[in-house]
Amino acid sequence: MTTLEFKNVTKIYNVRGAGQLKALDDVSFTLGPGQTIGLVGQSGSGKSTIAKILTQLETPTSGEVLLDGTPVPRSGKRLRKYRQQLRMVFQDPFASLNPSHSIRHHIERPLRLDSVVPSKEVDGEVRRLLQRVRLDADAVIDRRPHELSGGQRQRVAIARALASRPALLVADEPVSMLDVSIRLGVLNLLAELQSQEGLGVLYITHDLATARHFSDEIIVLNQGRIVEHGTADDVILRPKDPYTRELRAASPDPEKHFGSLAAQTSGGAL
Amino acid sequence: MTTPAQESQTVTQDAQTLAQPAGVGAPETLAVAVADRQRPTKATFWSQLKASLAMFSNPKSATGLIIMAVFILVAIFAPWIAPYDPNAQNLNETLQPPSFEHLLGTTHIGQDVFSQLVFGTRGVLVVGFLATIMATVVAIIVGVTAGYLRGWKSESLSALSNVFLVIPGLPLMIIVASQFDDPPLWLIAAVLGLTGWAWGARVLRAQTMSLRNRDFIQAARANGEPLHRVILVEMLPNLLAIIASSFVGTMTAAVLGLTTLAFIGVIPVSNLNWGTILFWAQQNNAFPEYWWWYVPAGLCIALLGVALSLINFGIDEYVNPRLRSAGERARAMKRKGININNAVTQVRTDSSAAGSAEHTREVKTE
Amino acid sequence: MSVETPVDPTLVGTMAARAERRGVRIPWRFIGGRAAFYAFTLWAAITINFFLPRMMKGDAVSSYMARSQGQLTPDAEKALRAMFGLDTSVPLWQQYLDYWNMLFHGNLGVSISTGMAPVGEAIASALPWTLGLVGFATVISFLIGTSLGAVIGWKRGGRLDVFVPITTFLGTVPYFWVGLILIAVFSTTLGWFPAGHAYELGVEPGWNADFIGEVISHAALPMITIVIVSIGGWVLGMRNMMLTVLDEDYITVAQAKGMPNRRVLWRYAARNAVLPQIQSFALALGFIVSGTIVMEMVFSYPGIGLLLLNATSAKDYALMQGIFLVLVLAVLVANILADIAYAILDPRTRQTEA
Repeated sequence: MTTLEFKNVTKIYNVRGAGQLKALDDVSFTLGPGQTIGLVGQSGSGKSTIAKILTQLETPTSGEVLLDGTPVPRSGKRLRKYRQQLRMVFQDPFASLNPSHSIRHHIERPLRLDSVVPSKEVDGEVRRLLQRVRLDADAVIDRRPHELSGGQRQRVAIARALASRPALLVADEPVSMLDVSIRLGVLNLLAELQSQEGLGVLYITHDLATARHFSDEIIVLNQGRIVEHGTADDVILRPKDPYTRELRAASPDPEKHFGSLAAQTSGGAL
Repeated sequence: MTTPAQESQTVTQDAQTLAQPAGVGAPETLAVAVADRQRPTKATFWSQLKASLAMFSNPKSATGLIIMAVFILVAIFAPWIAPYDPNAQNLNETLQPPSFEHLLGTTHIGQDVFSQLVFGTRGVLVVGFLATIMATVVAIIVGVTAGYLRGWKSESLSALSNVFLVIPGLPLMIIVASQFDDPPLWLIAAVLGLTGWAWGARVLRAQTMSLRNRDFIQAARANGEPLHRVILVEMLPNLLAIIASSFVGTMTAAVLGLTTLAFIGVIPVSNLNWGTILFWAQQNNAFPEYWWWYVPAGLCIALLGVALSLINFGIDEYVNPRLRSAGERARAMKRKGININNAVTQVRTDSSAAGSAEHTREVKTE
Repeated sequence: MSVETPVDPTLVGTMAARAERRGVRIPWRFIGGRAAFYAFTLWAAITINFFLPRMMKGDAVSSYMARSQGQLTPDAEKALRAMFGLDTSVPLWQQYLDYWNMLFHGNLGVSISTGMAPVGEAIASALPWTLGLVGFATVISFLIGTSLGAVIGWKRGGRLDVFVPITTFLGTVPYFWVGLILIAVFSTTLGWFPAGHAYELGVEPGWNADFIGEVISHAALPMITIVIVSIGGWVLGMRNMMLTVLDEDYITVAQAKGMPNRRVLWRYAARNAVLPQIQSFALALGFIVSGTIVMEMVFSYPGIGLLLLNATSAKDYALMQGIFLVLVLAVLVANILADIAYAILDPRTRQTEA
C-alpha cells in the first residue's frame, strides 16, 4: 500500500521585477491508502502549488516529497513509475481535455503509455473505465469534449486519472466549476471509486462544506503555511486557529436568516 | 426537485425520463442525452476531414478556393490550354492587339501573350508553393519550439525571428539573389522563403505559449507523454487554423516577391512567370500603348492575391467569430429599423401582436 | 506628522496609486529592451553583409576588382580588399574587426558604377529623395487608412463595408504595376503629371518656388501609388480592431452616459483601436520600403531604390551592400520612433514601470 509524505516543503518563486514570492512555507503532511485529506484555503494560499509539486510540474525549493519512504525521482524510468502512482483531476473541465481529440484518445493515452493492459484489450478497458464513471461508453467514446457537458467532462477526467491504476489521486477543486446541483454527484462518484480502489485522495478545495462531507482529515492553508490540521469534524466544529474561524464564519449558513443587505453591512460579521 | 444523484443516471436513461424542472443538471446534458438516442456515426477519417474543413465553408473562402483551383488547373493543363508555344516567335505579327488568333495580342517579337500568361502560371505557382512550404516548415519549427521552451532559449529564437521581420525583405532578396548567375528553381524558392518565415514564426510562438499553459497540456505532461508527442499530437492539431492562415499569407508575399524579382531582372528570365512578362514589356517600351502586354499579367497577380486574401478572410472569421457576426447583427437590426449605434435603447412595440389583441378585443365585445 | 490629502485606503499599495502620485514616467525598461533588440538586429545585418561577399564565387569578386583596376586610389583599393576578404593572409576575425572599423569611420567602400565615388556620397545624395517620398506617403496612408477603418468599423455592416475588399484587392497588386498604370493613364494619356524623375532637368535645385513646385508635381504619382497599395492594410487592421473594441463594456457605458456618437467613435473607440496599429506601423514600413524600391525604377525617381537597382545590374557589390546597411538602419530608426510613440500613448506601458 502506498503512502505519500510531504516533508517540510518550501517553494519560492522568483518574480521578475517584484522580488520573491513564497508560495509554500514548511508544509508537511502524510497521505495513506484509503484516506482522504481535504486541503482548504482561499485563492493564492498555495493549494495549486502543492498539486503542481505532487505531479512533478514544479520542484520544491527545499524539503522533499517521499513515496513509501523514498524520495521522488527527478527523471527517468523511476519518474515514470512515480507518475503512474499519482494522478490528478484538474479544476476546469473545459480546459483539461484537448478539444481536437476524441474521448477515446484521452483515455487510451495513459493506458498505452503505462502499458496497463495488452494492446488488444485497450478498447475494452476504455469502455470499462467509462462505465465506472457512469457514462454511456458508446455514446461518449467518439465525441469531442465540446460536445459534452461540464459534468460529463469531469467524469472523463476522472476516468483518465484512474486509467493507469494509481494509488493516489489529487483532485484540484474538481467540482468548483460545475453546476451546484451536480457537484454532489461527482463527489459521491469519487468517494465510491476511492473505497473500491483503496485510493488515497488529496481533495483540494476552497469550499468548507464539501471538504467536511468528503474528507477524513482537513488541512487549512493560509498564505503558504498550514494553520490547522485535524479530523474533519474537529476542524470544522471546533476550529482553533483564528483564520479557520474566519473561513467558517464566511460560509453562508442556510439556516440563519440574515435580513437585508443593508443590515448586513452596517454591523454584520467579518 | 430531483436529487443530484439522479444526474449521474440521466446520462444513461431514456429521453422520456429527462423531463425535469429547468435548472437541474446542465442543459447540455439534456441535449446530449437526447441526441445519443441515435447511435452516433463513428468518427471516420472523412467526418473528421469534413470537420476540419469547416473553416473553409463560408462564402468568402469558398470563392477564394475556387479562384485558386482555376489557377492550379490552368497551370497543370497549360500545354493543352495555351494555343501556342510561349517562346515561339512570329516576326510577321509583332505587337498585334488582341484578336481571335491571339487572345491577348503579341509581343515585340510575335510571341502570343496569352500562352505566355498560361505557361507563366506554372512558374508562379510552382515557385510560390515551394517557397511557402519551405517558409512554413521553418516557421513551425522555430515558432512552436520557441513557444514551448522557456527562458533564454525561447527569447533568442524570438529575437532571431524578429530580426528577419524588421530587415526589409526585398533588398535582402536582391542582394542574395544577385550573387548567383543562374540559380535553380529551389534556390529561388529558398531565397523567397528566407524573408517570409518570420511572421508565421512569431504568430505561432505566441499561440504555442498560450497553449502550453492550458490544462490539457499539463495533463499530457503529467501523464508522462514524451515531448515529441506533446508537440505533434497534442498541440499541433490546435494550431492548424493559425498555420493555415500563415501559409496563405506567406504565399501572397512569396508570389509578390517572385514577380517583383523577375520584373527587376534579378532572377534569370529563363524562369517564365508573370513578372518576366512584365520585365520584357518594360524593356521593350510597351508602355503605355501596348496595354495587352502588361495589363493582364498585373491583373493575374492581383487576382491570385485576392483569392489568397479571401481564403485568409474565411479562416480569420472562423477563428474569431466576432468578425463574422458583427456585420450580420448590424444588418439584421437595421432591417428592423434599429440603428445599432444608437445610444438610447429603442423600445419596439410588436405591431402584429397589438393588432391581434385588438382583433380579439373586438371579437369579445360583440 | 504632515497633513496629507486622504488617500482611498483600498488603493494603498497598488501600483496605480503610486503612479498617480508621481506623474508620467518614461518607461525606461520597455525602451531599453527594444533598443537592445535593435542593436542586435543591426549587428545581424552588418554580419550578414560581412559574410555575403565571402560566400560569392571567387571569379565574381576578381572580375569586380579587375574592372576597377587602375582607377582606384591605393586607399580605396585597400578598403575594397578588406570588404571582400581578398587578403587571405589576414585571419577571419581580424577581417571582421577591420570591417567594423571601416564602418565606424563611415567608410563603405567605393562604387564603381558611379565613377569611383565613395559609396557614402552616392547614398547621401539619393537618400533624402526616398526618405521624403516614403515618409510623407506612409504618414498620409496611415492617417487616411486608420480613419477610414475606424468609420467602417463603427458603421458595422453598412455600405462602407465594400471598401474593405476593394482596398485589400489594391494591396495585392504589385507596387510597380500600379505605378505603370498610373503613368499610362495620368501622365502619357492625360498629361496631368510628369512621368518620371524628381524634377525637370535644367531647373536649379534650391529653396525656390519653381523647384519646390516641380518636386511636388513629380512626387505626386509615386506618392499616390504608395498610398493606394498600402492603405488596404491599415483599413483592414483598424476595422478589425474597432470591432473588438466596440464590443467592450466601456463603450456601452460611454454611450449610455449620453456621449455624442462622434465623440465615442473618435475619442474612445478609435483611440484604443489605433494602438496596435502603431505597433504594426513599423512592420508595415519594411514592406513599403520594399515596394518603393521597384517603384522608383518605374518612375526613374532618383532615390535609393533606383540606386540599388542600377547597382544590381552593374554588379556593383560595394554599393549594393552599402545601400542595404543604410536601409536597415533607416527601418530600425523608424521602428524606434514608433516604439517611443507607442510607449507614450499607451498608459499601460507607463504604468508597469511604477
